[in-house]
Amino acid sequence: MSPPASPTAPRVLDLDGITKRFGPVTANEDVSLHLDRGEIVSLLGENGAGKTTLMSILFGQYTADAGTVRVEGQELPPGKPRAAIRAGVGMVHQHFALAPNLTVLENVMTGTEPLWKLRSDRAGGRARLMALSEKFGLKVDPDARVSDLSVGECQRVEVLKALYNDARILILDEPTAVLTAQEAEGLFSTLREMAQKGLSLIFISHKLHEVMSASDRVVVLRRGRVVAERRTSQTSKEELASLMVGREVKRPARPPSTPGRVLLEAADVHVGGRGGASLKGVSFRLHAGETLGIIGVSGNGQTTLAGLVSGLHAPDSGSLLIDGQTPARHDVPHAIAAGIGRIPEDRNAEGSIGDMTTWENAVLERIWSPEFSRRGMVKRAAARAATEAIIRDYDVRGATVEGRIRLLSGGNMQKLILGRVLNAGPDILVAAQPSRGLDEGAIAGVHERLLEARGRGAGVLLISEDLEEVIGLSDRIRAIVNGRLSPAIPVEKADAQTLGLMMAGDWSAAAALEAEASHAL
Amino acid sequence: MSVLFDILSSVGMWEAVLRIATPLIFGTLGVLLCERVGVLNLGIEGIMTFGAMVGWLSVYNGADLWTGMLVAAAAGAMFGLLHALMTVPLGLSQHVTGLGITLFASSFSYYLFRLAVPTSSSPPTVEPFRPLAVPVLSDIPFLGPVLFTQTPPTYLALVLVALLAWGLYRTPLGLALRMTGENPHAVDAQGIDPVRLRVFTIMAGSALMAMGGAFLTLAAFNSFFPTMVQGRGWICVALVVFASWKPGRALLGALLFAFFDAFQLRLQTVVDGVPYQLFLMLPYLLSILALILMARRARVPQALMQPYRRGER
Repeated sequence: MSPPASPTAPRVLDLDGITKRFGPVTANEDVSLHLDRGEIVSLLGENGAGKTTLMSILFGQYTADAGTVRVEGQELPPGKPRAAIRAGVGMVHQHFALAPNLTVLENVMTGTEPLWKLRSDRAGGRARLMALSEKFGLKVDPDARVSDLSVGECQRVEVLKALYNDARILILDEPTAVLTAQEAEGLFSTLREMAQKGLSLIFISHKLHEVMSASDRVVVLRRGRVVAERRTSQTSKEELASLMVGREVKRPARPPSTPGRVLLEAADVHVGGRGGASLKGVSFRLHAGETLGIIGVSGNGQTTLAGLVSGLHAPDSGSLLIDGQTPARHDVPHAIAAGIGRIPEDRNAEGSIGDMTTWENAVLERIWSPEFSRRGMVKRAAARAATEAIIRDYDVRGATVEGRIRLLSGGNMQKLILGRVLNAGPDILVAAQPSRGLDEGAIAGVHERLLEARGRGAGVLLISEDLEEVIGLSDRIRAIVNGRLSPAIPVEKADAQTLGLMMAGDWSAAAALEAEASHAL
Repeated sequence: MSVLFDILSSVGMWEAVLRIATPLIFGTLGVLLCERVGVLNLGIEGIMTFGAMVGWLSVYNGADLWTGMLVAAAAGAMFGLLHALMTVPLGLSQHVTGLGITLFASSFSYYLFRLAVPTSSSPPTVEPFRPLAVPVLSDIPFLGPVLFTQTPPTYLALVLVALLAWGLYRTPLGLALRMTGENPHAVDAQGIDPVRLRVFTIMAGSALMAMGGAFLTLAAFNSFFPTMVQGRGWICVALVVFASWKPGRALLGALLFAFFDAFQLRLQTVVDGVPYQLFLMLPYLLSILALILMARRARVPQALMQPYRRGER
């Protein structure tokens, strides 16, 4: 089943029959994988398919129960990261293994010299780092503190750290999960260049378009087993998707709906900085039974816009009408009481409290409602019952009512948050990056729920960087650019070129389309 | 005002500052080491007491003074090992373990002391470290007697500050230690075992704490009594924050606190009509103020108080 490797390139890596169990759970079962020099192989699989476990075994962070790892023909001793590094294996971790208080150079040099040397060779280290940075086009300032770097820069440092250790095999664990689309593009061209210079790369991902554009060969992992291996040129997104999930995944289609009354109306709203980009005069309407999609490059005010609608920020100037009325106070409790539900952008930091139980998290936003408390006492039985209902109805896997929520995977945590929000029956739903970091199966589930809410007559404000998602779900689309909103175009008129112009700040075509649509009504 | 001037211009005052600062320097460096690898060590108060006791006991039983210091350091390292084993591989609460060690080590010190000296009501004394005048340098007017006629452990403390600063910032080991306190995963990913680094560093730090305690019995008070550490350990914990986890600033902090202390002692003798307790309070009050000013800018080691387990974030 394995396609023939290119005849000239020598084999650099062989994983043979790797099996790893965590208690009753089998993370990897008899997994074999090989890599040739100068090749980019994608390891594709849903969250929890065993990709990261496999790579941790390769890197010596876990010990396999069975199987061997050979680098350039030499077998690696199990459980020894040091040996893996010496053999030329470098790993770029999903959550960066960097220290924010230390400088770039310090981060890169950690552990690269014999520990008992009396003096660290900083000048030599700096020269070497700069040479690598030059060679691979990865620009960094060696003296910058990591805490001052953007996510994209942090990733560059991670890659440089591996190269500094003489890595010839580079493993990137979901490298784009934290990057913007532009940063991801930049990363892919860097990876190509690195492969051309003789490095071999393993690229872990669950995003199909990345896998298609970044790799030569794809290995699909499902429930810990290799289920298929394809050359990228001989497969398609659709085939990979069904291989990965084990069934055909179709994102749900958007049924027609007639927009109702205006639920939310913003007119020339300004919101100052407060840590995010500010809003500089946004105006929009959100109707019942419609989804308004907001696209844009991250950092243009999306977070502040979501915060405005969900009550985290009150307008500095301009007006915000909820259901035709100016709210007496616009803060989170009042917004919740007014029927505004929120799917926060960062589900770990803003959407949940990791060390609290599932039921506590599930009722958190409405703990003061008579449904869940009386005279300051929590109605535990009611809260637990509601949580059980969410777990059942939204298929939150791995969750128990009393379990800590941090143990849930991203997709299941998102399902719980969806359940929490939608069970309150919101009139207005703010969904910020609702499928970020989720796998195909979970994304389809989230989309279905958002369409359901719309079908029920809620107005959905969908803020997303994923164009495919916005086009699939929205009735009208606006772009956010530098704190301002473009005119709204109907989704039927949304093609790649129009959306691109909108995100770049050229709104003449959009304005014409908006005018045309309002005439048609 | 002339009273103040008299105090501030006296050699005795400044010589006392350095003497009072010495145990604080040892203790602060000890806490600093532990926290730089990410572990809070609230055992310091008890470890200093124990160091004071065993140092004194060794010398009382005929060992020479440096052997007494070494015995104290070894005992401190053992308590450090206890703290490290509970907080690093087992990942128990660092607060609870540290406070437990303080309670245990303090009581145990008194117990051993009473075993050794069952009857005496006034604590027996030992022959302490004598001031050692550094040739030539001690002849410099004013600075000579202040800086260069101290006891040997004071010189050792000053040398340790420099050594630690060099070690942390100029050597590969120091970088690995700092990284362990910031992100142990990164250290592990480079093939260095952060658990071992933590355990050994906590032992070294605790040894320094115990030496600070031994200074009290072997160079300052010449005898042991159970309450003699008097919160110096807690001051060291605060000084580390004041110092923003940097050895040079730790020295500065220790000197500052010692200055307030020496100053209030002398103020007590010349100012009448004010309860002496107010003066006793002064250094602590001023330390809190200094801490508030300095701690705003402090860069806390990011992994402080976070147990490390492989494969867990």
